[in-house]
Amino acid sequence: MRLIIKDLCHRYDDLVVLDGIDLTVQEGEVLAVIGPSGCGKSTLLGIAGGIVAPTSGTIAVAGEVPDGCLNPITFIFQDFALLPWRSVEDNLSLVLEHHPLSAAERRERIESGLRRMGLWDFRKALPKQLSGGMRQRVGIARALAVRPAMLLLDEPLSALDAQTRELLMEDFLSLWQRERTTALYVTHNLDEALRLADRVVVLSRRPGRLREIVTIEEPRDQRLEPSAQAHLAEVRDRLWHLIRAEAQLADREIADA
Amino acid sequence: MPDTPLTSTSLPLQDRSPSQPVRFRGGGFTVKGHRWAALLAFVVLIAVWESTNRFGLVSELFLPPPSAVASALAAMAQDGSLWQHLKASLMRIGVGWVMGTVAGMAVGFAMGIGSVARAVGVPLVSAFFPIPKIALLPLFILWFGIGEPSKFATIGFGVFFPTVIATYSAIDSVPRNLIRMAQSFGLPWASILRKIVLPGALPGILAGFRITASIALILVVAAEMIGAEYGIGAFVLTAGNLMLTDQLLAGVLVLSLLGLSIGTVLSILERRLLKWR
Ligand SMILES: Nc1ncnc2c1ncn2[C@@H]1O[C@H](COP(=O)(O)OP(=O)(O)OP(=O)(O)O)[C@@H](O)[C@H]1O
Ligand SMILES: [Mg+2]
Repeated sequence: MRLIIKDLCHRYDDLVVLDGIDLTVQEGEVLAVIGPSGCGKSTLLGIAGGIVAPTSGTIAVAGEVPDGCLNPITFIFQDFALLPWRSVEDNLSLVLEHHPLSAAERRERIESGLRRMGLWDFRKALPKQLSGGMRQRVGIARALAVRPAMLLLDEPLSALDAQTRELLMEDFLSLWQRERTTALYVTHNLDEALRLADRVVVLSRRPGRLREIVTIEEPRDQRLEPSAQAHLAEVRDRLWHLIRAEAQLADREIADA
Repeated sequence: MPDTPLTSTSLPLQDRSPSQPVRFRGGGFTVKGHRWAALLAFVVLIAVWESTNRFGLVSELFLPPPSAVASALAAMAQDGSLWQHLKASLMRIGVGWVMGTVAGMAVGFAMGIGSVARAVGVPLVSAFFPIPKIALLPLFILWFGIGEPSKFATIGFGVFFPTVIATYSAIDSVPRNLIRMAQSFGLPWASILRKIVLPGALPGILAGFRITASIALILVVAAEMIGAEYGIGAFVLTAGNLMLTDQLLAGVLVLSLLGLSIGTVLSILERRLLKWR
């Protein structure tokens, strides 16, 4: 599925957050969005997912959805957004219960989601019993259970420690290897963008405008190879060059406020 | 002088300075459990109380000894009056509390999710909440008569406002991100209310129950002191008028036990329903 954003502007009262965003997320592409804190990345994602109403501009989707897709545009959250009173399997069940599925099909979706994320043995556990990494895996399994056409990820790894982040990045890589689900991936972390994205969108500080779109040529599964390092280092420098000044200014702004 | 490499061989130099143990300074300021302390204190208190009477330090009229209170209680249990009074009070608490709670939760929910209900409700609740409800009892008697309905109304009214406040603030405390999550997965409005808002607000609502239960207990006693034949409050009042202080204290003891058991029931309920916390 493609996502087409045209001339998007957003204000919270008098605060202009996004200004004139034109952007298309291509079918099967992982598009990373980086930008300084408070520049409107989460807002952009919220608008793309239809849970924030934009001040002006249009959002549209086009293209196929996978078989059995129940929720074409599906979020994965920074804070996991699990119901603490429901077990792991019931958290998955939550997003299926309002669909007319047979009990067998619902069970099948829950089981395959949990098995793929290595959570089957933890299906009866409550979220509080799980580590941060496992909780986010529940978030991913929940997203998989609805067979999404597009994933919207809002800093999905930033609440996790470095090692867990590395493990979950591998999970994402294998997910995108198998499913080729279109994704819009918001992050602060250049390394995540460099490992996971096909293209990286750089936003300016607030009001967020499109500064540049950088394409990463290297195929995703070869980015750890020594031969890829030169290119990646180049892209990294370029991205850092683009966001450094913006981040510095944004940093001052927040310190002043 | 040759360069000495920075390795462990250069360390013994420091070892010559005298060593000192690090003094522990992290004691205190933590509360540890003492399992028998409470029981012991209780026993000592009872014993002291009993002995003041035995040694004639305090007159039995002013402060009857625990043994006298216990035998008054036993007598009440035997002649059945205890159960009659208890039943009357429990019925009033039950009906009044349920009425106030059901109405309060309904209004609290409306104020928790509806902007108009919130705008209208908050000033009204703020105005009515501080009124000592017992002051309204004469008015309720005028409206509903001296019988049960005026007592239900007093308790219900007293329970209503704290329930409203507890309910809508509990709903406010349900994390918005969970509601956004549910919306992003396309859950219908009613499901979000039932599966996210209600369970998310439950801890706050149950905490409110604790407060309203004690309010109900206070109000039932007060209401029974004005025109009631049966009820623990009526019993305590009568005993007081007749200077039967042992019976009076027996009634107070029953009230204390009643409060304790309501609290215990609520604790069990919380443990059952809020295992996930
Ligand atoms: N509901 C809201 N009402 C008013 N202002 C808001 C609201 N949500 C966000 N903002 C403000 O809009 C700006 C952009 O917020 P947003 O969360 O989209 O930024 P972000 O780029 O995701 O930031 P971060 O990197 O910190 O996650 C911020 O200054 C924020 O304070
Ligand atoms: Mg954000």
